[in-house]
Amino acid sequence: MATDTAVVAPKSITMADYKGRVDPDWCPGCGDFGVLAAVQKALVELQIPKHEVVTISGIGCSSNFPGFIETYGMHTLHGRSLPVATGMKLANHAMTVLVTGGDGDGFGIGCNHFVHTIRRNVDLTYIVMDNQIYGLTTGQTSPTSRIGMKTKSMPYGNIESPLSPVALALAAGATFVARGFSGEQKHLTELIKQGIEHKGFSFIDVFSPCVTYNHDNTFQWFRPRVKKLEDNPEYDSTDWAMAMEKSVIWGEEIPIGKFFERTDLPTLHGAEPVLNAGPLVYQNNRIPAEIAKGFVQELM
Amino acid sequence: MSQSFVVGIGGAAGQGVATPGDIFAKIFSRRGLHLNAYNAYQSIIRGGHTFLTIRTGPQKISNTGDHLDLLIPLNQDTMDRHLRLLTSGGACLYNADLIQAGTPVDGVQLCPMPVSKMADITRNKVGQNTLAIGAAVNMMGIGFSVLEDVLAEQFRKKDKAVIDENIHLARTGYEYASKNFQALAWPLPMTDARYAVLSGNVAMAMGGAAAGVKFYSAYPMSPATGVLHWMAEHARKAEIMVRQVEDEIGVVTMAIGAAHAGVRAMCATSGGGFALMSEGMGLSAQAEIPIVVIDCQRAGPSTGVPTKTEQGDLWQMLGAGFGDYPKVIAAPLDIADCFKLIPEMFNLTDRFQCPGIVLCDLLLSEGRLSVDPKELDFNPVIDRGEMITSNGSGDHEPYKRYKITESGVSPRAIPGVPGYTHVVSSDEHDENGVLISDEYTNAGKRRAMMEKRMRKMDGIAASVPPPKLHGPADADVTLIGWGSTHGVIHEACELLREAGISANHLAVRWLVPLHGDAILDLLRGARHTIIVENNFSGQFARYLRSETSFVPDGNIRKYDGEPFAPHHIVEAVKEQLAGKTKLSVPAHEIMV
Repeated sequence: MATDTAVVAPKSITMADYKGRVDPDWCPGCGDFGVLAAVQKALVELQIPKHEVVTISGIGCSSNFPGFIETYGMHTLHGRSLPVATGMKLANHAMTVLVTGGDGDGFGIGCNHFVHTIRRNVDLTYIVMDNQIYGLTTGQTSPTSRIGMKTKSMPYGNIESPLSPVALALAAGATFVARGFSGEQKHLTELIKQGIEHKGFSFIDVFSPCVTYNHDNTFQWFRPRVKKLEDNPEYDSTDWAMAMEKSVIWGEEIPIGKFFERTDLPTLHGAEPVLNAGPLVYQNNRIPAEIAKGFVQELM
Repeated sequence: MSQSFVVGIGGAAGQGVATPGDIFAKIFSRRGLHLNAYNAYQSIIRGGHTFLTIRTGPQKISNTGDHLDLLIPLNQDTMDRHLRLLTSGGACLYNADLIQAGTPVDGVQLCPMPVSKMADITRNKVGQNTLAIGAAVNMMGIGFSVLEDVLAEQFRKKDKAVIDENIHLARTGYEYASKNFQALAWPLPMTDARYAVLSGNVAMAMGGAAAGVKFYSAYPMSPATGVLHWMAEHARKAEIMVRQVEDEIGVVTMAIGAAHAGVRAMCATSGGGFALMSEGMGLSAQAEIPIVVIDCQRAGPSTGVPTKTEQGDLWQMLGAGFGDYPKVIAAPLDIADCFKLIPEMFNLTDRFQCPGIVLCDLLLSEGRLSVDPKELDFNPVIDRGEMITSNGSGDHEPYKRYKITESGVSPRAIPGVPGYTHVVSSDEHDENGVLISDEYTNAGKRRAMMEKRMRKMDGIAASVPPPKLHGPADADVTLIGWGSTHGVIHEACELLREAGISANHLAVRWLVPLHGDAILDLLRGARHTIIVENNFSGQFARYLRSETSFVPDGNIRKYDGEPFAPHHIVEAVKEQLAGKTKLSVPAHEIMV
């Protein structure tokens, strides 16, 4: 192969770099394919080397995500992706941390961690593939299932109100809150890019229809309803009250886009002086002799 | 045990028992004396009953003993409950304005102090305590200047007026005692040694710092909270990331995230918090990410008795999580060992990429011990195991995170290294970390991966020493204990020898892996074996039996929340050797 040795351009990062080792085992037509592609595109467009990214998930269909993208990955416990990711970010804040999972993982079993990770403003991007159903356990009601939805766990119809992930994130103090739709690739890619670039906790709730178990909230159901906030010239994503108002709109019109962003709050790792010396993992793990002597002296 | 001297101070929570305790501990340690202290208390901030016992002497003090030499009751309740612990030659110092003396045994000196006539303490609620400290120091034959220095240091953060007032009160008590009370029979000796005095929790936190822990996460829970407090206070100097997390599930998983990034990560809790961590223990083992978890046992089940001690979590540790996985469990034998064990545990968990459990208990966590500063070694061996932290020349074989190896250990690359991207996973996976459920569940791969992980137990077993038998080989009785009972059994053996019964002692520190064959070899010639433990069902006895088929001749168990005193064991051994019973459950005579 002939190569031009005179000009060595930096090797640019392409979609091939981020292609996973195995093909996703999601059902054909699953919304998660679109989310995977959007994440890969966002990373390529931002030209982030794959070894500087760690993708962390919990358990569920969408939580198999780290296996389908070529980055450092962690497949953890059901609902526990966010504390694992917090530990990862605090121990090596040079890494770009992506957290992926589903609505059951994030808003059911993991909701406690969701609220606390938001309040800590951990610098990571949390992408929830929200299909309003439990898929991997073959179709039970989720915290975002609509009232009346019939599932295997509520065969006579759900009687519990769904929560609004966007409103919850806003109420908990998230510094970046967005909603995307797997059927709106370009728009979703843009939101993910903004989320990754945001310094602090960025939350992107993504409508990612389950083609097997959710016959209510399908691609066809979402497509005419989603309306981009970006198309509304009067919408101001720095206005928290306006974001809150939009977050609870659900029906014939469902807003998607960036609801809210603020950049004035410190990230958790930025607020911690222990990290002034650089990422924890590269710091010395020996206590200097003088300091150690002081620790013992306190006890004498 | 050679000669020792025991001070007991009791009162309601909020009456200021801790400060006199600190002052006595400082005075003793500055005279070059060893000490061992234990505070019996309840889960309340004000009221109730708190009783601090400090035992001191020129030799190592392994436990707080059976009796008192000096009692300072700060309220009537303490007088009523504890006067009986004073033996002949002892003394009781009390505020005669408030407290009625009881009837002590012969030879005990009652020392009433007419506090209102001695000083005006109407504005100083703990003034009576300082008067009593002054009097006590005089009776112990210690010069006043020693106390003066310690008081100045104890109150150094307060105004000079506060320091002066306390010194004045202490002097008043000191002088009153010299005129009115007899000096105690055994003046405390002095040595040139200087010891550090610390709790097991502080020891474990410092042991973590020495081991190179860079990440510590916790949720407050008695009796483990002291580890968090030391870590939080010293985090910036020690350059440790310390986080208080929303629950213990978050605690352990956050530690796992940090550990995977490549730092040593530790957390501490008690049984209830550990229950929430058990799924995380399995994740640590399955993803092969090393962490160390400390469990400070308290009396269970459920929230149990939050401020009382027990060795009741052994089976929770043995069975933590589901499925079979490699892990290490060790129980420190005393407070100095709490420090030493942490670096040892990290070296094992790093080398074998699995979770490690330090099984401590309230007795050690919150007790205090004098330790030679040389034993607090901040330069221990640190072995991080097979880690890939850079891509070197860039050329390497395609990386397999879970490569099948003879030892079961696969080199682990930390995130951030170019050329080694991989997924670590909770689901069963192949050598590449690919979930086997993503490519049809594969029985052969599952078996190979399970065997690879479990092979690590052989390497761990070869790395930890078997226990040893202490005392004469042909003893009349062999006492078997684990963890924190080491000290009290040690003294019980001495007392038995003095009573004409030769005794030896097997103290088990490494619980998993257990050197069952070595233990059987040691016990083969034993004449009469008794297992001593702080729980109801004989958790260690059942474990030892399950691993070795060994059944002891008898058991001594205690599950009332208080630790064993030496006489509990001595009397139980005597009744068992006399054939009266095979199971002794000593009653705790004093209600605290």
